[in-house]
Amino acid sequence: MSRDIYVIVELRDGILSKVGLELVGKARELADNLGQDVVAILLGLGIKGKARILIEHGADKVIVVDDPMLSEYVTEPFTKAVCTILTEKQPEIVLFGATSIGRDLAPRVSARIHTGLTADCTKLEIDDDSKLLLMTRPAFGGNIMATIICQDFRPQMATVRPGVMVALENDTSRKGEIEELDIKFNESDMNVKIREVIKSTKKAVDITEAKYIVSGGRGVGEPGKFNMLKDLAGELGAEVAASRVCVDSGWIDKECQVGQTGKTVRPDLYMACGISGAIQHVAGMEGSELIIAINKNEAAPIFNLADLGIVGDINKIIPKLTEALKKSKTLS
Amino acid sequence: MKIIVCAKQVPDTTEVRLDPKTNTLIRDGVPSIINPDDKAGIEAALQLKEKVPGSTVTVICMGPLQADVALREALAMGCDDAILITDRAFGGSDTWATSSIIASALKKMDFDLIITGRQAIDGDTAQVGPQIAEHLGIPQVTYAEKIDLEDDKLVVWRQFEDCCHIIEVAMPCLVTSLSELAEPRFMSVGGIVDAYNSKEVKIWSYEDVKDTLDEANMGLKGSPTKVSKSFTKEAKGEGILLKDLTDDEAVAAIMTKLQEKHII
Amino acid sequence: MVGFNLTKEQLLQKQLFRDFAEMEIRPIASQMDEEEKFSQELLDKLKKYGMMGIPYDRKYGGAGSDVLTYALCIEELSKVDGSTGVTVSVHTSLCCSCINDFANEAQKEKYLRPLVNGSKVGCFGLTEPGAGTDASGQQTTARLEGDYYILNGQKVFTTNSGFADVFVVFALTDRSKGTRGISAFIVERDTPGLEVSKDIPRMGIRAASNAEVALVDVKVPKENLIGSEGMGYKIAMTALAGGRIGIGAQAVGIAQGAINEAVKYVKERKQFGRRISQFQNTQFKLAKLQTKVDAARIMVWRAAVAKDNHENYAPLAAMCKYFASEVANDVTRDCVQLLGGYGYSREYPVERMHRDAKITEIYEGTTEAMKMIISGAMKVN
Repeated sequence: MSRDIYVIVELRDGILSKVGLELVGKARELADNLGQDVVAILLGLGIKGKARILIEHGADKVIVVDDPMLSEYVTEPFTKAVCTILTEKQPEIVLFGATSIGRDLAPRVSARIHTGLTADCTKLEIDDDSKLLLMTRPAFGGNIMATIICQDFRPQMATVRPGVMVALENDTSRKGEIEELDIKFNESDMNVKIREVIKSTKKAVDITEAKYIVSGGRGVGEPGKFNMLKDLAGELGAEVAASRVCVDSGWIDKECQVGQTGKTVRPDLYMACGISGAIQHVAGMEGSELIIAINKNEAAPIFNLADLGIVGDINKIIPKLTEALKKSKTLS
Repeated sequence: MKIIVCAKQVPDTTEVRLDPKTNTLIRDGVPSIINPDDKAGIEAALQLKEKVPGSTVTVICMGPLQADVALREALAMGCDDAILITDRAFGGSDTWATSSIIASALKKMDFDLIITGRQAIDGDTAQVGPQIAEHLGIPQVTYAEKIDLEDDKLVVWRQFEDCCHIIEVAMPCLVTSLSELAEPRFMSVGGIVDAYNSKEVKIWSYEDVKDTLDEANMGLKGSPTKVSKSFTKEAKGEGILLKDLTDDEAVAAIMTKLQEKHII
Repeated sequence: MVGFNLTKEQLLQKQLFRDFAEMEIRPIASQMDEEEKFSQELLDKLKKYGMMGIPYDRKYGGAGSDVLTYALCIEELSKVDGSTGVTVSVHTSLCCSCINDFANEAQKEKYLRPLVNGSKVGCFGLTEPGAGTDASGQQTTARLEGDYYILNGQKVFTTNSGFADVFVVFALTDRSKGTRGISAFIVERDTPGLEVSKDIPRMGIRAASNAEVALVDVKVPKENLIGSEGMGYKIAMTALAGGRIGIGAQAVGIAQGAINEAVKYVKERKQFGRRISQFQNTQFKLAKLQTKVDAARIMVWRAAVAKDNHENYAPLAAMCKYFASEVANDVTRDCVQLLGGYGYSREYPVERMHRDAKITEIYEGTTEAMKMIISGAMKVN
């Protein structure tokens, strides 16, 4: 009989990933519904000391595999470790973060142990009648949501989108069990060689490929004020763009121009700051998924297009927004 | 070098619109394209072929008969062979079943390198590539943003969120390609002529792979996961305009919206 | 063509041309027009993907496709930029066809191959300051001296001459014989005495190269005479007949491109409290324009298919150019009107399309010349 909710917790540079804690929090909720336990799996090298944190965030038990083979993420050793544990323990549900590691590891694991896997879930619930895990996730480029079930195979497995589930506040009084497990690795398990690890430097992104854009118009007022937008963009992981007026005035490079004579962009977020929304500009960004506009003039045409329009002063609002974003990133 | 690229024909989901009246997707008139990550894989394969004389690039696709045009496009880009694996019995396959079916076809072929796109823009799972690698028992390197050949080893720049691993892997192996792996070339006019006149798209059905495919692993019946329900997201309503707010209220409104849309 | 439908192969070709035009030409079309300069990078890409030899045989290095596919190409390119359309059309239909249809094997190997396989670009020197619609009024002379013809004269409005490698030039070898005294020659760009002027400033298709070519004692090897002496007029008229299919396609493309811009704009533009697309005037106007363009397109296709089937296509080609060029001018004028002030502004592409459309009623045979051909085919005159 399968039971318990397992969470594969990633570490990056020795730090527990935020998504791992989010999933432990969610697993706690699911486990309470099923009357079962939350077991976190921690894989790495020199990581035993981190297990306690997972208990404080809601895990009943932590299985730790501490081994040099797991010092950096490589598919086969991690797959072998996870499969060994799952085969032995027979969990009901296993959750992974939908990260570049989770989305490499989970499918390999699911194929090895022959079970169903659902990708990039944004919602997890237990069905009242069947007690099955209902895994809801976007498909079709985000145009549809689909709820998936895995009826006949165990464990029910899912990769979960980071930033959606909520981690529990850490409770130092929580008690739990920590089990150290040895996995019998062979040399041949390291079937690739990591030659080098390169830390990412920010690459110049073409605004047409940017996921989020912070864009400035005449309302920005002067070239120096674009730094304010750059700071906001930095916090959002966004690119900076502008309307034609700013480019013509020499405040910003033509590469950043959005509009009829500039580029057409369709990001997930377009923040129009001090942009009036003349038809030539709108032609270049109306396909954006979410449009937030801030402008002093309540009659600005951009407000006809914006999902959220704020009549206000960008010079005051933008820096405060940047601060608020900075604050929200620090986790207790 | 024998390279096989797994490609999928998908609707161009960036062109899909929601009908605000019925709340359903408008699929009419949405063009079908080669999945972008896969197309980058095809280009990377063609570049490797140019680098290593005598190499071949075969493109394989599991899909309905209409996927023929996607394979013709791959042939017109310069691929040597194309296989469309199609069968009613494959309908309703989830990623386990899909990967099982494709792997069963690959088991009948010689290869040094298999390239699959990282993720399809319709299913959005990014699971099939690694699952194929597991079925074939070969190493996988995913999220490839660059690949190179050094002697008989493949070197892959494997992208993570905050860093990149340069990985050396022996062949045969499987690599999943990001769209930034290579800028796909256009087809050529002569290439299209060849695709329809001197090259062919081989059609394989279950009959052609039944010795390597367990029929318990195909179609809806062979899929561990099933869709319980699907629904469109709410149509974008009218935008809201907020006036007379304090700056802090404005910031709060924006933060709420960003959180609601999972941007932060 | 099967019925009125394109084959799967032709549809995939069309997709290639459309994707190429959107990705490679759209971002630079306006700039090329403003700078009056054709992008050499774009030219290289057109060559690389086989668009400069579409209907020519594999045997000579062409793409081995057909005239209809060539017409599809010119239309798709012209939807985005009329200058690109004419650059490919003149090279393909005017220059290459002379060599393909009338040259000997040695000439085809030496000149047709690089022209159709994407290595070289060609142009067609027929029109002179004193010989436009009356092409028979050639003044350029070609005098045989030993192993060379010596060419002297002047050509004007020679498209592609600014960068062409190969020139097909028409000259009088025997003034006494009238049109039967004109001959056709293949002249290489770097032949001493051949001088190409700067581009002639024009109303439209400004990015296309279009210059004067002066020939001063240009020594052309006698092996470069196409066919025999006196065949020149026939060679030129045959080439132009095919060229009209290209220009018809260019006109259809320009018109369709303008309609596409207008449809997009009217759905965005609000006046009097609503989108102007909701006014019946707008809807009915666009319906009329699209109907005309559809009719023009079918005429171009019919002429192309007739040429592919080796039927008498010349009158069909004349009709399709006459009709399509008039449609292009009507349509682009109305599309500028639909965009109003913004349509007149150079920020939007429709004013360029309107300027580009005019030439389609003039070059490769004016509308008046087309009427002469059509009434001639009707046996009216």
